[in-house]
Amino acid sequence: MDNLMLILGKPDNIPIIMMLVLFGFFTWLWWREARKNDKLIREGRYCELQAENNDRIFTWPYLARIEFLAAILVMVILTVWSIVLDAPLELPANPAKTPNPSKAPWYFLGLQEMLVYFDPWIAGVIFPTIIIVGLMAIPYIDRNPKGNGYYTWDERKFAISTFLFGFFALWIALIFVGTFLRGPGWNFFAPWDYWDPHKVVAMVNVDLHQFFGIRSSVVAFLFGGFVVTAYFALGVLYYYWKKKTDFVQKLGAARYGVLAFLFLCMMGLPIKMLLRWLFNIKYVWITPWFNI
Amino acid sequence: MQAFLNKMRDSVTKTQVWKSVFRHGYEDTPRNRYLQVLDNVWLHLHPTRIPRHAGYVRFTWCMGGITFLLFLVTAVTGVLLMFYYRPTAEYAYSDMKFLEFDVPFGMFLRNMHRWAAHGMVITVWLHMFRVFLTGSYKPPREFNWVVGIILLTATLLLSFTGYLLPWDQLSIWAVTVGTNMARATPLLGHEGPFGPELGMRPDNDVRFVLLGGTQVGPPTLLRFYVLHCIFFPIFLCIFIAVHFWRIRKDGGISGPL
Ligand code: HEM
Repeated sequence: MDNLMLILGKPDNIPIIMMLVLFGFFTWLWWREARKNDKLIREGRYCELQAENNDRIFTWPYLARIEFLAAILVMVILTVWSIVLDAPLELPANPAKTPNPSKAPWYFLGLQEMLVYFDPWIAGVIFPTIIIVGLMAIPYIDRNPKGNGYYTWDERKFAISTFLFGFFALWIALIFVGTFLRGPGWNFFAPWDYWDPHKVVAMVNVDLHQFFGIRSSVVAFLFGGFVVTAYFALGVLYYYWKKKTDFVQKLGAARYGVLAFLFLCMMGLPIKMLLRWLFNIKYVWITPWFNI
Repeated sequence: MQAFLNKMRDSVTKTQVWKSVFRHGYEDTPRNRYLQVLDNVWLHLHPTRIPRHAGYVRFTWCMGGITFLLFLVTAVTGVLLMFYYRPTAEYAYSDMKFLEFDVPFGMFLRNMHRWAAHGMVITVWLHMFRVFLTGSYKPPREFNWVVGIILLTATLLLSFTGYLLPWDQLSIWAVTVGTNMARATPLLGHEGPFGPELGMRPDNDVRFVLLGGTQVGPPTLLRFYVLHCIFFPIFLCIFIAVHFWRIRKDGGISGPL
């Protein structure tokens, strides 16, 4: 417990706590607004929302005053924060003395946490690229014209639940784990544990082909390649299965392809996490050049 | 008495000097409300009138504006910090100590810069979150969402490059861990898939370019300093300008059509 208080109290970790509180609050606010709007829409009163949009108010004073008040409030909070909490400054840089654990800045700890499940070329390079490109692709993939300019849940269930899952379960939660639950050797420590640098962790991980008793490395290579290809082929199968549905029709083949690829990449992370937790699987596919 | 005060006021406001500065009166008339926005270089980023819901905090959460404010705070405090900071391995750390113990309000300045930067990371995520939840990336605002993602990436990199500058254990090891990933870049890193096959070595791959060496050292400090104080701030300014311009060109704040 002392240990947890120590990490919680690190100046750079205070923002994480604030972030969790803020996200909790704003998610609640979204939900309240969304349910209100959904009810209006169900009752056929969408025009009331439109009326509000068409009703104009003066920027001066109605918007300007909110901006000024918000600015003052933020500056007050920031000033108080800067008075009561000092920015950290540890011992001078020493390349010969590696701290254990070494952690990236907190906003990148989600990526560092992914290193437990994927090799650096995926967790550190491919995933960040896919996240950035995938986020940029959102407006071009999501062809649902509804829910543009107001909070809703009923009209965009797939889009919103995917985003919430990716953002909260695969980004914020991993930052939390990486910051507060990972100790020396990047081993997992429960909040009440003491961070023992000599913690012994049994090396029980196996690769997927070993799990199935495959010995020959050539067969293992082919097997792993097959599993990975088959995983992405699921997207193709689903396409032919649901081809006639409205959802796929509206998307078209190209958009569907991009969406399926991004979605499967995203789900690869929780799948690999489960494989690790349940079966101690390390790699699915081993090749001479890279491992997945 | 009233007449006297009015005369006093007129003697100030009915002069050539006053009128050359303030182009309209302050009586509460619709015309002045328009002019207040139009005649002001800062406020004229706004339209003169906005949809009713755009004035509600529960709609925008004010997050774009707060992100911008925090960016301005980091810019101002950052310039002040630059007066006291030298980006070399000999001086960087002692300059931090000097700021802390000798410069009046030096520690306060540093704190404000750091917390505004961390705050900005949080508010930019919240802003993205709200833009997603209101579906504001949908046509015609697709491209502004893309600009937003560029801003988000630049914000994180701005913060990351700054993290190294105190040159203490916390900063060099955080940056070491962060930049170690670059070794594993496919094709371009010496530990990445097909990197060695293409002739990548620790002393010529993409990480070497980033660090100016095979490990985080004095050249890295200078590189990150230049990126942090010059490149990313200018980059961000340019894209924030595009972002704001596009908000107006895309028809102002989104709303139910
Ligand atoms: C440095 C970072 C950023 C700054 C300073 C900034 C600033 C702003 C401001 C002041 C607004 C006006 C409305 C509001 O406050 O919500 C706005 C709107 C918008 N922002 Fe940003 N933003 C930033 C990053 C982003 C990011 C990361 C995204 C999305 C990925 C984004 C997408 C948008 C979109 C689509 C709008 C239009 C919203 C609407 O019409 O409802 N921006 N931005």
